[in-house]
Amino acid sequence: MNSTNIYFDHNATTALDAGVLETMLPFMTQQHGNPTSRHSFGRHARSAIERAREQVANAVNAHPSQVIFTSGGTEANNLTITGIAGSYGVSQIVTSAIEHPCVSRPALAMKHRGWKLAALNVDDCGIVKAVELDALLKADTSIVSVMLANNETGALQPVTELAEIARRHGTTLHTDAVQALGKIKVDFAELNVHAMTLSSHKINGPQGAGALILDKRIDIQPMIHGGGQERGLRSGTENVAAIVGFGAACELMQSRLSQHNSYIRPLRERLERGLNKLDAVIFGAVAVRLPNTSFFAFNEIDGETLVMALDRKGFAVASGSACSSDSSEPSSVLLAMGVEPDLAKGAIRVSLGMQNSQEQIDTFLAVLEQEITRLRQLTAIAV
Amino acid sequence: MTVKTPIYLDYSATTPVDARVAEKMIPYLTEHFGNPASRSHSFGWVAEKAVENAREEVANLVNADPREIIWTSGATESNNLAIKGAAHFYSGKGKHIITVQTEHKAVIDPVRELERLGFEATFLQPEPNGLLDIEKFKAAIRPDTVLASVMLVNNEIGVIQDIEAIGNICREHGIIFHVDSAQATGKVTIDLEKLPVDLMSFSAHKTYGPKGIGALYVRRKPRVRLEAQMHGGGHERGLRSGTLATHQIVGMGEAFRIAREEMELENARIRRLRDRLLSGLQDIEEVYVNGDLKQRVPHNLNISFNFVEGESLIMAVKDIAVSSGSACTSASLEPSYVLRALGRSDELAHSSIRFSIGRFTTEDDIDYTVALMKSKIGKLRELSPLWEMHLEGIDLSKVEWAAH
Repeated sequence: MNSTNIYFDHNATTALDAGVLETMLPFMTQQHGNPTSRHSFGRHARSAIERAREQVANAVNAHPSQVIFTSGGTEANNLTITGIAGSYGVSQIVTSAIEHPCVSRPALAMKHRGWKLAALNVDDCGIVKAVELDALLKADTSIVSVMLANNETGALQPVTELAEIARRHGTTLHTDAVQALGKIKVDFAELNVHAMTLSSHKINGPQGAGALILDKRIDIQPMIHGGGQERGLRSGTENVAAIVGFGAACELMQSRLSQHNSYIRPLRERLERGLNKLDAVIFGAVAVRLPNTSFFAFNEIDGETLVMALDRKGFAVASGSACSSDSSEPSSVLLAMGVEPDLAKGAIRVSLGMQNSQEQIDTFLAVLEQEITRLRQLTAIAV
Repeated sequence: MTVKTPIYLDYSATTPVDARVAEKMIPYLTEHFGNPASRSHSFGWVAEKAVENAREEVANLVNADPREIIWTSGATESNNLAIKGAAHFYSGKGKHIITVQTEHKAVIDPVRELERLGFEATFLQPEPNGLLDIEKFKAAIRPDTVLASVMLVNNEIGVIQDIEAIGNICREHGIIFHVDSAQATGKVTIDLEKLPVDLMSFSAHKTYGPKGIGALYVRRKPRVRLEAQMHGGGHERGLRSGTLATHQIVGMGEAFRIAREEMELENARIRRLRDRLLSGLQDIEEVYVNGDLKQRVPHNLNISFNFVEGESLIMAVKDIAVSSGSACTSASLEPSYVLRALGRSDELAHSSIRFSIGRFTTEDDIDYTVALMKSKIGKLRELSPLWEMHLEGIDLSKVEWAAH
């Protein structure tokens, strides 16, 4: 790996913590039992999973019996939408205009099967307009799903307010907390939601594990049928090593959340002071955001091009989310915020982590300035 | 003899990750942790390259095109995707599905779920040796049959179905043919260029790879379509969204590469060990092998011990890790539905043990196991009133048991 490569894409994925890896390794090699097997290999694997379940539950102030392990955030979101709306019956599903595709696309699939779809709009800061929910819930609704923090802008959403409105109507509220976990306090009980999605690889845990935290009174149909694991809600031999890693990552995250934030926030502020000097447009700047995320653009500079240029200079950033990084469409989140398509096409996301430093930010800003100047000159010649 | 107890003889439930596989995975857990879908930086590209190399290795084992391999979180998910995905996509042509009573729950339950949604299903009973009678399969076909699912190797009894013959019949009738090969990789040759199969499920953790990763083969020529079950970022050509777990994929690729290179030699060794186990156990009276011995993978030996109570048997042999019934249903005390489908009585089904041996099983392990079984069966039968009656020549099937 190129040692000058500086990683500024923590919202896409994070490095696996060395201590977390240590907890996982035995479960890949000697302690390899199938948790459903009744012999000692199996029982050992089973107790490791249940310990991890407790760790995940503790990290979000939920009860272990509310934790359903899945193969990741995408699957947990799919299970939520398809499983809850499916169990309820044909009805309306409400999401927001800024959800991740792994919420909006299963919702769309339900629409093709006869459910109705409605979306809450966002204001120009990228925050969901909670006031709209009350009117929408006049129609019979099986589920409302609004993410806790947006993966592109980092804007925090008024989930508790939405939960209160949903509860008044007797409707289930789900929140995708995949980006929020590890960056802000995520408290299932306090948020007052019925369901919540978490992902391991965003908090220095392994890829391949996620969870749906679910109030047990909510009816849900499984998506994956078979051997009956996870109380029949998610069949398939459990990925013991990844689940163990997920649990360990949750515990680690809890222990250093405030340290993480007191370190990261000033870094992001430093970055944005520099960006302001370069006349960047920072999306959602006035919203309360995740402390590590900065989503911005420069007038007349194409985002993809700038991202590639930055990569050549040793900086890993993103234009929009990883999941859509091969499409050249402008971010739908920005469009929903009313940003002009041309400006939206310039969007770049920097998402910081504990390994990033002040020096890296400063170097980045210097390189950014160079690249913008160079690209502007090229555009001038081309025109 | 040097053995380390408990001796692991439950390779069909899961396998340890081969050290070579673990070694290959670790860099992708630590250094190369990028999201393979990140197109904008080298962290992502390195991960993507590893994913594509692994895809080729999986394709190579089964003589398929890498573009025909979709990553999933495991064979259970692959089975769900194949069965539900194909049934829904082709439901315009018909709503009848054919499968077999001895399939894994990860096939049976999705089919049952489809029945709940308005499909019809025929669950064929195999012959007492576990193999499907081709004529019976033909007889079950209806004009509205769209999908058939038959596993290549059975997880409980290890028998190998004649997938080629069944596939040819499906072709003739325009039926989509799915094959669960979770137990087959590394044990039998699979050539998807020759086999008339449309969809095939694979699992890594049955072939010395990590848990949590599997694949689904989806034929391109002629093209097979599926309705995706997991929606989101559009990964895997839209068929299976979700961030790819690079390290797991790399693990599966390496596991399948080793399987391809070492299968022949390994099978020969394992067959010798299994036969040693079998001849040792056949010294015991009243033992019955479940499933055809010839059309069977060399790793599996499923045996019923008559006149011994099942639960006590499993408790008595704690020194070996085996299973009675498949792992996925060991939690319930029902007799194995697979053995019952073969026509085994409840008692014989209950008192069965599945021995499944593998890469790290030694001759000493086998000898220890034979000695252990002989000793424990002996003791349990001494305590068994049924055994006493049998010794006295009483035909137990003629006894009228009084209710209490």
